[in-house]
Amino acid sequence: MDIELKLIRNTLIIRLKGEFDMLKAEKIRRQIDERLQDDQVRNLVFNLEKVSFVDSSGLGVIIGRYKKVKEKDGNMYIVGAQPVVKKILVLSGINKLVPLFKNEQEIMKV
Amino acid sequence: MGIKNYVHFEFSSLPENVSFARACVGAFASQLDYTLDDIEEIKLVVSEAVSNSIIHGYDNKTNQKIEITVTINEDRSLEIIIKDYGKGIENIEKAMEATYSSDPSRMGLGFTFMKSFTDEMDILSKPGEGTCVRLKRNFTNEQKEAFS
Ligand SMILES: Nc1ncnc2c1ncn2[C@@H]1O[C@H](COP(=O)(O)OP(=O)(O)OP(=O)(O)O)[C@@H](O)[C@H]1O
Ligand SMILES: [Mg+2]
Repeated sequence: MDIELKLIRNTLIIRLKGEFDMLKAEKIRRQIDERLQDDQVRNLVFNLEKVSFVDSSGLGVIIGRYKKVKEKDGNMYIVGAQPVVKKILVLSGINKLVPLFKNEQEIMKV
Repeated sequence: MGIKNYVHFEFSSLPENVSFARACVGAFASQLDYTLDDIEEIKLVVSEAVSNSIIHGYDNKTNQKIEITVTINEDRSLEIIIKDYGKGIENIEKAMEATYSSDPSRMGLGFTFMKSFTDEMDILSKPGEGTCVRLKRNFTNEQKEAFS
């Protein structure tokens, strides 16, 4: 699984690619948490456009980061979830806490 | 109601094998007239059960054995059995509760997903001996139509 991190002002954009399961979860969690230690990083955007599979291990990383961001009084967004991935997000209830957007440009509008 | 087809395989409890296991079961299940959505759901439940065996059953030890048997019955239902010889579950009722996890960093969603995407779920487990999860998906009416 590929991960691309990009900081735009105080928002860290996390672009993931591939299958987000237990094999990748730990490494991705570590990389994000490292960046979250930086006070400058307040908000997170998970870009899941290129994620073809997610299970509870991947979801655990996403939900866990939401809690961390809230502790920093920041915001989190999820963009580009494919129907298969979206179904899992909705079933977990995270969509009630974290707004889902079509793409990164849509967040900029709000 | 005899057995129509089955596969049985075993593999070591490595995180790398989780994607292998779900892809295998998904490929086998595609003999039935499943939609891509169905196959994705089947892959998810396998991923959950196998991840649980590695993470909880074997505490992430990598040289342990996981077995999977997938059966397509005469009535075109699909049955998946995932078995480990790990530490087992003390309280199955509690383990099945949504959002219960013995690990505070996890969400406790695995069994909820397995239940949501199958018609039957049974868990056999004995502390110190291991866990066996049986999942069954019935052949749906929509599939019957597509098949006729
Ligand atoms: N194969 C297993 N061996 C031992 N214990 C298990 C096994 N499978 C599940 N459990 C126990 O059942 C609990 C609930 O499992 P479930 O998959 O629902 O949640 P989780 O694995 O803790 O979290 P998540 O699946 O969201 O990552 C686990 O926390 C664990 O204590
Ligand atoms: Mg689990």
